[in-house]
Amino acid sequence: MITETKLLSEHYDNPEFKGIEGYKKLGGYKVLGDALKMDKQKIIDEVKASGLRGRGGAGFPTGVKWGFLPKNDETRYLLCNADEGEPGTFKDRKMMERAPHQLIEGMIISAFAINSPKSYIYIRGEYDSCIEACEKAIEEAYKAGYLGKNILGSGFDHDMDVYRGAGAYICGEETGMISSLEGKKGQPKLKPPFPAVQGYLGKPTIVNNVETLAAVKYIIRDGADAYRKHGTEKSAGTKLFSVSGNVQDPKTVEVPLGMPLMDLIELCGGLKPGRKLKAVIPGGSSAPVLNVEDCAKAKMDYESLAELGSMLGSGAVIIIDDSNCMVDILATIMHFYHHESCGQCTPCREGTGWLNKIVHSIAKGDGRLQDIDLITKVAEHMMGRTICALSDAAALPATSFVSKFRDEFEFFVREGRSKVKGGLNA
Amino acid sequence: MFELSEEGKQFVKKELERYEDRYSAIIPSLYRVQKENGGWVSDECVAYLSQLMDLPEADIYEVFKFYTMFNQKPVGQLHVQVCTNISCSMNGGRELADHICKAYNVKSGEVSSDGKVTVSRVECLGSCDTAPMMQVNDRYLENLTPESALEQLKSLESEL
Repeated sequence: MITETKLLSEHYDNPEFKGIEGYKKLGGYKVLGDALKMDKQKIIDEVKASGLRGRGGAGFPTGVKWGFLPKNDETRYLLCNADEGEPGTFKDRKMMERAPHQLIEGMIISAFAINSPKSYIYIRGEYDSCIEACEKAIEEAYKAGYLGKNILGSGFDHDMDVYRGAGAYICGEETGMISSLEGKKGQPKLKPPFPAVQGYLGKPTIVNNVETLAAVKYIIRDGADAYRKHGTEKSAGTKLFSVSGNVQDPKTVEVPLGMPLMDLIELCGGLKPGRKLKAVIPGGSSAPVLNVEDCAKAKMDYESLAELGSMLGSGAVIIIDDSNCMVDILATIMHFYHHESCGQCTPCREGTGWLNKIVHSIAKGDGRLQDIDLITKVAEHMMGRTICALSDAAALPATSFVSKFRDEFEFFVREGRSKVKGGLNA
Repeated sequence: MFELSEEGKQFVKKELERYEDRYSAIIPSLYRVQKENGGWVSDECVAYLSQLMDLPEADIYEVFKFYTMFNQKPVGQLHVQVCTNISCSMNGGRELADHICKAYNVKSGEVSSDGKVTVSRVECLGSCDTAPMMQVNDRYLENLTPESALEQLKSLESEL
């Protein structure tokens, strides 16, 4: 039987875990006490050795990112990226709602390691329940002496605050988030300089995802070697996957990286009776789509999915069965990126607009055969030419949908209706 | 002329001191203004906030226009935002939005004639495991059918 490996989500079902008393009863804040007695560099080395990679989407090694901070006394900030906006992703919301102290403990340990006096949790504006839960948990942590001056007698001071976003996918991009926190439009900034050198208000800033920061607690608790026992050589640890779409039991699951995709689907109850698997978007809407042949081979880790031309992204797995029209789904995705482009870079602003128009014209039955290649052509001109990755994030699904499901696009153009029974115009 | 309540003014003052930089107070202050202005922010509100915060009007205006959660025109007392992104669409999100629009006799983005309801189609709200879903003001309503959605809206309406 396929089962979960619950490290971060072990106590999700226990409502007591949300409050500080219940959290402490289940071992909460013990790791913080131990960490504060450790050498700061030892914590960074441990995180590096664990192989932990950013769980928000980019998959950059966390310890290496921390290592980019300048070696001086300049004030540095820790920014928790809780702007979960990648379509299909809901794992961070679950954590903030059910285990806010786990995130906060991970953040204090991380802040201590990088010697940061101040951190923010930047939460997307729609997540009212998370904002409430985190604000309450921070208040409790202050009262208990885990935040503020001289934490647990260690001499380390740290303040933490919540910042509410206001509805913009682009603020999940770390420099966009920094712009937003600075009270501006959430437009990304050109890198370099990277935030670790010049971030919030020009000061060194580390931006890490919710799940990443929570994982730090478990790496320090169990040690890097124990953490590495989960997952694969290059994709270490467990990962929270947000599984949705056409599965019987859509939910967040925690499994070791490297689990076969088909096992993950089974873990979520499999497909609905009588339905066949058609495609999977394995890492949020930015990730190139997998067809059935890919799915059979796919393992849920950074390297395996890259080999299949896709990516792990935020771990948002959208299962698509044979009742869906791929033209229709791509139209939904293209509308999203057009809506969310910040407008700063021409290839993205114009490219997402044109992709949206072309795919929608096909989905209305007005497409021409040459439009199918035009999608790929426009997408090619959008990649690698902009300040941030949003442009690529729109181009990648576009090219993958067209190349893997070309027959559906051609059918739609020729017949003016979806190839799928019950699909658009069909 | 729009003016914040005394409590609202105190809130803005505190926000201006809360962060490392005064500009970080713009987003929270816009939320407050929107709340006190019946759910949306007018140009007049922006001008008012500029004076109150002693920050350039253009800087507040561009923040206001950038983020989708600041409403640029009046909305109903119940702001119904139906997710029509991938997983919700696959599970009937668009039909749900159409059904609610029809029931209230409004087009997407419009306010109903009694001022009670605005229905909009929105992008992913991070609740894909409970698709289809929608947000009504600050609340998430999940695992909906057209019937259960209308039922819950009726009960929210009666609380107004």
